[in-house]
Amino acid sequence: MVDKHGKDDIVVVLGSPSAESAEVYARTVTEGDPSWVGPLAGISLGLPVFHILESEMKDQIDAKVYKEQVSIMESVLETDEIIQAMKNVRESVSV
Amino acid sequence: MDHPVIRGVRFFMAHTPGLVRHGSKPDREIARDPEVWESIKSHLRSFDDVVGYAPHQVLLGNRTPESLAELDQPWYENVAREAPRNGPHGELVSEEEFYGLLKAGDDFDLLWLDEEFAERSRELLVKHPRVPAADLEKIVGVPPSQIEEMLDDSEKGAKPLQLRDGSTIGLIQHGLLEDPSLAPDILLENLAVKATGTMALRLVMDDFSIAPDQLQYIIGSGEEAIGDRYNRGGGNLAKTVAEAAGCIEATGSDVKAFCCAPVHAMVVAGSLATSGVFPEIAVIGGCSLAKLGMKFGGHLAKDIPVMEDILVGFAVLMGPDDGVSPRLRLDSIGRHTVGAGSVQQAIIEALVQKPLENMGLSFTDIDKYSTEMHNPEITDTAGSGNVPRTNYRLIAAIAAARGDIPAGNDARDEFVAMHGMMGFSPTQGHVASAVPYLAHALDSLRSGESKYTMFLAKGSLFLGRMTHLSDGESFVLEANPAAR
Amino acid sequence: MDLKGKQVIIVGERDGVPGPAIEECVKSVGAVPVMVQTQCFV
Repeated sequence: MVDKHGKDDIVVVLGSPSAESAEVYARTVTEGDPSWVGPLAGISLGLPVFHILESEMKDQIDAKVYKEQVSIMESVLETDEIIQAMKNVRESVSV
Repeated sequence: MDHPVIRGVRFFMAHTPGLVRHGSKPDREIARDPEVWESIKSHLRSFDDVVGYAPHQVLLGNRTPESLAELDQPWYENVAREAPRNGPHGELVSEEEFYGLLKAGDDFDLLWLDEEFAERSRELLVKHPRVPAADLEKIVGVPPSQIEEMLDDSEKGAKPLQLRDGSTIGLIQHGLLEDPSLAPDILLENLAVKATGTMALRLVMDDFSIAPDQLQYIIGSGEEAIGDRYNRGGGNLAKTVAEAAGCIEATGSDVKAFCCAPVHAMVVAGSLATSGVFPEIAVIGGCSLAKLGMKFGGHLAKDIPVMEDILVGFAVLMGPDDGVSPRLRLDSIGRHTVGAGSVQQAIIEALVQKPLENMGLSFTDIDKYSTEMHNPEITDTAGSGNVPRTNYRLIAAIAAARGDIPAGNDARDEFVAMHGMMGFSPTQGHVASAVPYLAHALDSLRSGESKYTMFLAKGSLFLGRMTHLSDGESFVLEANPAAR
Repeated sequence: MDLKGKQVIIVGERDGVPGPAIEECVKSVGAVPVMVQTQCFV
């Protein structure tokens, strides 16, 4: 995928259910952390990565679409922890 | 409208630490780096630790799901000593016994056991009330030299079978070398499915005094694919198990729908029973060997036990309304339709809200929701989240949106505590979906303690890469009005 | 990070936000989903 499209215009968006899984995926796609599960495991990609629950994503998405597709999960998942985990990964890795 | 009943359900659990290496994830990782098996081995649990593990005692029926909330976590550090390996809802066997059961179900001599080990296994199983003499006779081994020779011949492709300590006690062969559908791992998986399904069916028939020849139809609801290269996944586990359990008057078929197949199967079976087509009917599900050790990486990273070391099969007896057993309300079936899409909210509306509206019930009328009951101690420690809690919170969010409970986290948490429970099921795919609470639900619906339980399951169809859709189905089980 | 015009790899999760739900979101911004996956680890 990355080989085909080049990596300048590619963004990864996650929908992980917990802070820990969000971090695992975020590290996998940024620094190639050896994630123990999933299709991207072991591939170092150096790609920008966000979680769909982060304001960086939410604020630019059509509000009606976001409400229909995602909003309920904000109150179901540990959203603050997920957001913090994503920030931690981005701060520890300069992409 | 007539409704079928669920008479009973039983679980058959096998502690199989030696088979963890044959789980899909460990198998791949060990092939890449054999040292991985050493790391896994050092984190495998003893049989006593597994018997005394509180979630297993819940599945066996020796403690209630509610009691887990009062037990300090991690539960794997609070293991009960001298806990029973049998309970009112099921039984748990050791790997030494389970290898014998695998051999007893091996009609094609695919699995070889070391002769001394086979003898040991047979001796353990002689005492088992539900292993017939014909099965015991099949538990015969081969000389160790024969096993070594076969394993040394890499062209044969056989794979070793080991115990928790790493000692090799047998092997599993290819069914046909050039057929990937009959590879050793697949055959091992299917033998395990057969053994767990058969033992669960024998147990439920025994406990509910149903003679094997009374059953007319059996529906298999597991996810495993049985067949050769021309008919991969062709099935029919149900008839295989019917034969092994002596149900000579029965035939059967499999319902495939990923993790929600058991719920689909119970709805189909209930309809067949109520219509009079097959009044005496059972739904079975074998184990999910591929999922052994799936999250071992997360467990090793935290230096905690590799807890995906358990195989589970189940069997459910159903029939027409008997005036006593809890009724599966055929007017309560929730369906995740194609048009509902993939949004979580829409799924819960389809599976929970719509059926409740059809029945004229509110969200709080359902005493307990039995959703995907995966033990969070296994999933949360490996980054997969707390699956039951997510489901319960989703149900609460829809209940709040509908005005059945107040908005806000306090009301949400109260709803979850009252109408939900902590997950206690081994991560065995379809087995973990809704079914684990069934035995407790039947108890409490029979005793009059509760009136309605809703069972809902979801299936990850997208994993097969043929659709992006998921699936789901639900039903309400109610205390039999004639018995109230 | 402005998503508009970007190519997006979506790794959704069954027990979190599924891939197709994220896909609808990024499409609403004018981004192009180039891979949509939904994971399930249970």
